[in-house]
Amino acid sequence: MTETFLGMPATAPRGVGHLRGDESFPVAARRSLADAQLRRNLGHATATIRTKSAAVIGEVPDWQELREAGRAIKTDVMARLPELLEQLEATVTAAGGTVHWAADAVEANRIVTDLVRATGSDRVMKVKSMATQEIGLNEALEAAGIEPVETDLAELIVQLGRDKPSHILVPAIHRNRAEIREIFLREMPGVDPALTDEPAILAAAARRHLRRTFLSTRVAVSGANFAVAETGTLAVVESEGNGRMCLTLPDTLITVMGIEKLIPTWADLEVFLQLLPRASTGERMNPYTSMWTGVTPGDGPQDFHLVLLDNGRSAVLADEVGRQALHCIRCSACLNVCPVYERTGGHAYGSVYPGPIGAVLSPQLTGVEDNASLPFASSLCGACFDACPVMIDIPSILVHLRAQHVAAYRSEHRVPSPEAITMAAAAYTMDHLPLYEAAQRASRVTRFAGRRGGGLPPPLSGWTLGRDLPQPPPQTFREWWAQR
Amino acid sequence: MRIALFVTCLADTLFPEAAKATVRLLERLGHEVVFPQDQTCCGQMHINTGYPDDALRLVRRHVRTFAPYDVVVAPSGSCVGSVRHQHATVARGAGDERLASRAEEVARRTYELSELLVDVLGVTDVGAFYPHRVTYHPTCHSLRMIRVGDKPLRLLRQVRGLDLVELPQAEQCCGFGGTFAVKNADTSTAMLADKMRHVLSTRADVCTAGDTSCLMHIGGGLSRLRAGVRTVHLAEILASTEPAGHPAEPAQRDGVTA
Repeated sequence: MTETFLGMPATAPRGVGHLRGDESFPVAARRSLADAQLRRNLGHATATIRTKSAAVIGEVPDWQELREAGRAIKTDVMARLPELLEQLEATVTAAGGTVHWAADAVEANRIVTDLVRATGSDRVMKVKSMATQEIGLNEALEAAGIEPVETDLAELIVQLGRDKPSHILVPAIHRNRAEIREIFLREMPGVDPALTDEPAILAAAARRHLRRTFLSTRVAVSGANFAVAETGTLAVVESEGNGRMCLTLPDTLITVMGIEKLIPTWADLEVFLQLLPRASTGERMNPYTSMWTGVTPGDGPQDFHLVLLDNGRSAVLADEVGRQALHCIRCSACLNVCPVYERTGGHAYGSVYPGPIGAVLSPQLTGVEDNASLPFASSLCGACFDACPVMIDIPSILVHLRAQHVAAYRSEHRVPSPEAITMAAAAYTMDHLPLYEAAQRASRVTRFAGRRGGGLPPPLSGWTLGRDLPQPPPQTFREWWAQR
Repeated sequence: MRIALFVTCLADTLFPEAAKATVRLLERLGHEVVFPQDQTCCGQMHINTGYPDDALRLVRRHVRTFAPYDVVVAPSGSCVGSVRHQHATVARGAGDERLASRAEEVARRTYELSELLVDVLGVTDVGAFYPHRVTYHPTCHSLRMIRVGDKPLRLLRQVRGLDLVELPQAEQCCGFGGTFAVKNADTSTAMLADKMRHVLSTRADVCTAGDTSCLMHIGGGLSRLRAGVRTVHLAEILASTEPAGHPAEPAQRDGVTA
């Protein structure tokens, strides 16, 4: 077999979409941490989902085996992605759909915009989708004079509030119901001014607002949770029923799907449809599972387009350690258990993919230097790995990406960073016993820094932000041992 | 049994009481403790901060130092976790397959203190006496990396005089995370604030754990607040006996005790 090396696959382009923040994680996190309302909303919401999810996962005796199965299926998919994608293209086409290949966000946005234009519609309704958030499709449609209407309740709240999503599953998790009422009163045309903050009342207001859109819009854009290569079937799981409306009512349906969402066979759905709702919303089964295979004459959309999105995924696939991030089924269990996410919220991550999975996915999609602070936005506590329904070893990928960042910095700068110099010196010292023992004795001079460590230079001054320094003991262990 | 002490650089340098207590405890139980002098640091900080190339020499040193011993114990879940789950990966990343397999061999014989006591030595009642109200923080790497489970609690429940109180939301990280505590000092401090709130809510006199690193973090925060709650390593509690009082007391300095 001959192979031609075509270079590393491209990462997601800059200047389009929402994979990069404007500031580093520590800077953005500092602001979020000071927002008491945000901390309260997030603490409450994540604790509620954690409890619900733990209860329904506890009911499944073979949960660990299911996780293993999920991981095995996804590993198989990644190992033969090209062949499965071609199989999907063939089955979707045979069922009357049209398949488009988009190398990146720019191409995907152009394909979707052109398809909508061809229908003559100036409005599309949208099913909640991470892929379209990732590529900034709404902005691209608006620039082309097409109005995108989000129909998922939380996405609608975010869209009306001119806000950004902060959670994969619950984009408005950072808002409480009083804030949502304010947004509806301010932004929803014709809303009842006597609106209360009862969840049922708020949902009813959104339903009335959306009903006209559902009945009058002829084009819908969706994402996909799964695509079955064997049958060409697409699947969307949801809780509200808005997705079902979008997927069945319009004439034209355009689905934008990351290429990793593929599964080989119909039977594989059995595994993921058990894993996803329990890990995600803490439900035994999600209320709506919509599946469609191409076009069915006289039933549902008569024009179906599938846009297969790369946007850096091939680059992720090329990394032996990092590629398991592509196994993600977007359940957001890792966000809900993450002690960092629970306190900073999603906006601090700068990307539409926040939390632990975002900290490993975003830097890989964009190239690690474009999101260099994210792999460090974790205490490596490991709660995400335990919670992940497809067993993605997020802590190991974080450590792997940290090393990638250090290596990238080294190759791009002539002078080593102060941290690199310190690390090399520390390793050298620890590898030479007399130097190590001398350093241990020298550590006693930190007594002069005082217990509060006021004399410490950055970055060590970060420690004394909220903690006292330990007082070095009069004798190290090895000195004690030598004297006994 | 002849047991090699993997003291960890942090306990050696800053928290020798935890290491001394490990020695005293194991000797009291009738075992011989040896201290391989050439040991320094397992390299976890280098690995987790993105410097596996620098860590390689420390992995090599650790493997060379501990290869001759049948049983190795460390008073740290985190350092044992690094030995077990990271050393071979670092060696393989550097293309040194021989070092990787030797590292795996050493890892198989390396135990965290509560694992050694319960799984290898088969004891839960170590004859300790510690008349204090104590709460236990399961450190993340003990809990999720090496999975010590309830072994530390089974040991603590047998300590005479000890009033064990459950820590609310015990499984949440204290926010230490090595260099995370300085690179993301604000987030780390926010996590610490919640951990301290839960520790204080137990009205315990002592917060204990199996890692001096996390105890340094929690203890540093409690000390800053002048909260009047001490952090004491699990080994120190288990080493305490009735007539001599508890060894944490003479070592209690003007600051953090771990």
